[in-house]
Amino acid sequence: MNETITVLGMALITFVIKALVFLLGDRVRFPPLLVRALGFIPVTVLTAIIVPMILSPHGQGLEINLHNPQLIASIFAVSVCVATRRQLLTIIAGLAVFFTWQTWM
Amino acid sequence: MLPKTPLSEFVAGTRDTVPMLLGAAPFAIIFGSLTPSAHLALWQGQMMSLTVFAGSSQFIGVGLMASAASMLVIWLATFIVNLRHTLYAATLLPQVRHLPFRWRWLLGFLLTDETFAIVNSHYIRHPDNPLGHWYFLGSGLAMYINWQCWTLIGLIFGAAFPQLQNMGLDYAMVVTFIAIVVPQLTKVPQLAAALTAGAVAYLLQGLPYKLGLLAAIAVGVTVGLALPKPQAQTLANQENA
Repeated sequence: MNETITVLGMALITFVIKALVFLLGDRVRFPPLLVRALGFIPVTVLTAIIVPMILSPHGQGLEINLHNPQLIASIFAVSVCVATRRQLLTIIAGLAVFFTWQTWM
Repeated sequence: MLPKTPLSEFVAGTRDTVPMLLGAAPFAIIFGSLTPSAHLALWQGQMMSLTVFAGSSQFIGVGLMASAASMLVIWLATFIVNLRHTLYAATLLPQVRHLPFRWRWLLGFLLTDETFAIVNSHYIRHPDNPLGHWYFLGSGLAMYINWQCWTLIGLIFGAAFPQLQNMGLDYAMVVTFIAIVVPQLTKVPQLAAALTAGAVAYLLQGLPYKLGLLAAIAVGVTVGLALPKPQAQTLANQENA
């Protein structure tokens, strides 16, 4: 029940934001500072979500060692992404390293 | 050259969106297969794709639900992550503002990163297309149906192999985010904002309700704003394009 409310709330918020400008037209104005701030949102949000999952996957302190497949695979994925700029290749390579490392180490 | 009709514009919008459909498919599959980790029933996972229809917010919603974040934090994160759509809408507004209400809310609902990219470049090439909204609809509806189908496949996949969750399928979300973020870190302020946000999120991960996430976003954005702009471009230009 709670999950359903959460999802429908997300839907309402997303819809209002997407449709607002089309519905209100020129009555919506954007200060330049807000426009610049919005440019930083995607990278900060996504990075803030994944860094704790990578550095302390069990939520109990830093795990910078070879027994942390999240860390090893992420380092590999970042390298692949920097080198190739190809999203799907990055995802497949990262997952492959993750599952291999988890299985064999 | 055949005269343009609503149908021909609709088909053109769909056709031009095909590469984006392929690109979105893996994300929808990963999203679908992650939903059990968020304690969502299959129908709730599909409902999220049907009603929210915004990939990054759906991933964040599932990730936060899996880590037992409060509803309010999930809604705030959804709000923040979706704000960029207002810039897309502002860019497209000159082509949309004359349309009837029912068109404007429908096209708003169907607005995504991908459809914005396709429709915006169409409007730049054909600024005076009176049937441009049919092109927009074709692109948006194609993305919508595509997202629903691949979500369903992901949901079935995740349900068929529940042991994948124990193996750490949620890592798929981490690596997906890496693939989204890294190509955007080409400028110093972006890189600094991301690294700061990551560090603050790590240091504050003990805060209840995932409030550390919101603090990390605030500090990261502030650092990005405080650094000198390399060149005034990207989003500011998009708005005027």
